[in-house]
Amino acid sequence: MIRPDRIFEDPQRKKTFKGVAYALMALFIAVDFIMPRHHAPFFWDEIPGFSSVFGLAACVLIIAVSKALGKFWLHKKEDYYD
Amino acid sequence: MISWAHPGAILILGAILIPFLKGGVKKAYLLILPSLAFLSILTMHEGTYWVAQFLGQEMIFGRVDKLSTIFAYVFAVAAFVSMVYGLHVKEDGHHVAGFVYAGSAIGAVFAGDFLTLLVFWEFMAFSSVFLILYGNTTKAYNAAFRYILVHVFGGVCLMAGIFLHYSETGSLAFGHIGVGGLSSSLILIGFILNAAVPPLGAWLPDAYPEATISGTVFMAAFTTKSAVYVLIRGFAGAEVLLWLGVIMAVYGIIYAMMENDIRRLLSYHIMSQVGYMVAAVGIGTEMALNGAAAFAFTNIIYKALLFMGTGAVVYATGKSKATDLGGVYRTMPLTFILYMIGGAAISGVPIFAGFVSKSMIVSAAAEEHLPYAWLFLTLASSGTFLSTTLKLPYHTFMGKDKGIEAKEAPLNMILAMAIAALLCVFIGVYPKFLYDMLPYATDYRPYTLDHIVWTAQILLLTWLGFYILIKKLHHSEPHISLDTDWFYRKGAVVFMGFADEVIASVDNAVGRAYDKVFLRFGEWMSKLSFRFDTGVIDGILDGMGRFSSVYGPAFSLRNLGFDKDVVDGIVNGVSDFTVSLASAMRRFQTGLVSDYAFAILAGLLILLNVFFFLF
Repeated sequence: MIRPDRIFEDPQRKKTFKGVAYALMALFIAVDFIMPRHHAPFFWDEIPGFSSVFGLAACVLIIAVSKALGKFWLHKKEDYYD
Repeated sequence: MISWAHPGAILILGAILIPFLKGGVKKAYLLILPSLAFLSILTMHEGTYWVAQFLGQEMIFGRVDKLSTIFAYVFAVAAFVSMVYGLHVKEDGHHVAGFVYAGSAIGAVFAGDFLTLLVFWEFMAFSSVFLILYGNTTKAYNAAFRYILVHVFGGVCLMAGIFLHYSETGSLAFGHIGVGGLSSSLILIGFILNAAVPPLGAWLPDAYPEATISGTVFMAAFTTKSAVYVLIRGFAGAEVLLWLGVIMAVYGIIYAMMENDIRRLLSYHIMSQVGYMVAAVGIGTEMALNGAAAFAFTNIIYKALLFMGTGAVVYATGKSKATDLGGVYRTMPLTFILYMIGGAAISGVPIFAGFVSKSMIVSAAAEEHLPYAWLFLTLASSGTFLSTTLKLPYHTFMGKDKGIEAKEAPLNMILAMAIAALLCVFIGVYPKFLYDMLPYATDYRPYTLDHIVWTAQILLLTWLGFYILIKKLHHSEPHISLDTDWFYRKGAVVFMGFADEVIASVDNAVGRAYDKVFLRFGEWMSKLSFRFDTGVIDGILDGMGRFSSVYGPAFSLRNLGFDKDVVDGIVNGVSDFTVSLASAMRRFQTGLVSDYAFAILAGLLILLNVFFFLF
C-alpha cells in the first residue's frame, strides 16, 4: 500500500493514468470519425481527427518556438538588469 | 428604484475606517464591505444615476446597464475573494489600497462620462501601486516605480485624447468612439496600455510578480479587465483590436512558456487571456462581445484561483522559481487540488467555467469566418493548457522532490481558493447563470457533441506532446526573458550613456561651430566693418574732407567728427553685439542631459497646453 503523499510516484498508478489517457484519445478520435457535423464553418471542420493533429502540432510548435526564442535571443542571466 | 449607495463608494469610503478597527471586528468588516458592495449592485436597475455637476460638466457616476453590471458583479466577487485570501495581512494600508483599487475599478465601470472615467482610472493606478510597494523588496520598489511611470504615461495619453475629443465634439459623454483621428488614437492607447497589449504591456509581467502575495490576486482582476470593459464600450468592432488581440494571445503563451518564475508565468498568461477578450472586441458582433464579457467574468475567477495557488506556494516555501520548486504536492495537497481545478477551468475542460466562456469567442471568430484568428486562438488554447496546467504544476507540485519543507496554506487562503473553485465548477455546470447576465440575449449552447469531442482532442493531444517533450521543458538554470520593458530599463541606461556621449560631442561640435561661425563671424564682421570704415568711409570722408578743405576747413572738421563718433560707433556696436550674442548662446549649452530633458519636457507641456487651449 502506497502512502497517500507519494500517490504520484506509484508506477502502477502512472501506468493506469497513461492507459486511460490513450484510451480516451482513441475514443474521441473514433467518435470524431462517425459523428454528424451540423456546423462546419471551415474546411478543416470536415476532417475527422483534425483537432487531434492540431493539438499536438500546436503543443510542439509552442515548445519549439519558445525554446528557440529563449535560447538564441531573449533569455538572459537573472542579474541582467542589476 | 436605485440602490442606496454607489458600490464603488462603499469600498473606497468604507476603507477609511479600516485603521480604526481591531482584531475580529476588523476581519469581519473587511468581509462585510465587499459583500455590501455586491448587495448594492444586486439592487440596481438599468438607467442613469448619480449625476453631479462639476465645472459646468456633467459627471455620471452610475451608468447602469447589463454590460456595466456584469463587470461590477465580478469585481465585487474578486474583491471579496481577494480579501478572504489576504485576511492575514497585517498592514492596514494594504487593505485600504486593495479596497480603493477595487472600488475605483467598479467606479470606472459605472462611469458614464470621460471625466469620471479618468478620475477612477488614475485612482486605480495610484492605489494599486501600493500593493507592489508592500512587496517590500528593492525589486518591488523599482518595479513599482516603473509601473507608475508607465501608467502615468497611459493616463496622460488618455487625458490628452479626452480633451481633444471634447474640443472636437463638445461632449464628454463616454460612448462608442471608433478608430480614426488623433483623439481616438490617444484614448485607444490609454485603454490598450491598461489592457497590457504588446508592445505596451510589459509593465504587467514586470510588476505583478513583485507585488505582495494577496496584492497580485487583486491586481490580476481589475486593471486589465476594466480596460476590456472600456474597449467594449468605445471600440467594439475595431479591426485593429482583432489582430492585436490575436497577437497578444500567442505572445503571452510564448513568454509564459519561457518563464521560470511561477507568478510571472501566470502574469504573462494574463496577457494571453486578455488577448482573447481584445480580439473579441475587435470582432465586435453580439456573440463576440458576449464572449468577451463572459470570458472576463470567468477568467477573473479562475485566474485569481491560479494566483492564489501559486501565492500559497510562495507563502509556504518562500520560493517562486520553477528551478527551486518541485514535489510540493506532498506537503500542500489541498492547494495542489484547488490549483488544478483552476487549471482545468482556464484550459476549458468540460464541466468547468472556461469551457462555457472561451468557446463563445472562438465560435464568434468562426461565425465571422476569420480562419487565421480562429487558428491562432485555438493554438493559444492549447498553450494555455500546456503552460498553466501542465508545465507550471509539473515544475511546482510534481516533478523532482526537492525535499522542500512547507506547511499547507493557512485556512483563509484555502477557503478563498475553495470559493473560487466552487464558482468555476458551478458556472461550468450551470452556464445559464452566466449567460443571463450577458449584455446581449444569447441561445449559445456550449455542451454539443462537436464541441466536446473537439475540445477533448485538443487537450489530450496537447498532453501527449507535453509528455513526449517533458525533458525539454526543464530550465537548466534560472534566467529572465527580455520583453519590451527592456527599452525603459536597459534601453534607458544605454540611451543615457549614448545621450551623454552624443550630446556631449554634439555640444562640443556646436561649441566649436559657435567659435568658428559666430565668433569668427563677429571678428570677421568687425574686421570687415573696420576695413569698410577705414577704406571706404574714411576714403569718402577724406575725399570729402580734401574736397571741402579746398572750400572751407570748418566743414572738414565737422565731417571728421561724424566719421569718428557716428560711423565708428555703429560699426563697433555691430561687432560688439555679434560677439556678445555668440557668448550668450554658448551659455545655453550646458552639456547636462537633465537640462536638455527638462527643456524637452517643458516644450512638450507647452505644446500640450497650446493644443488644449487653441482647439
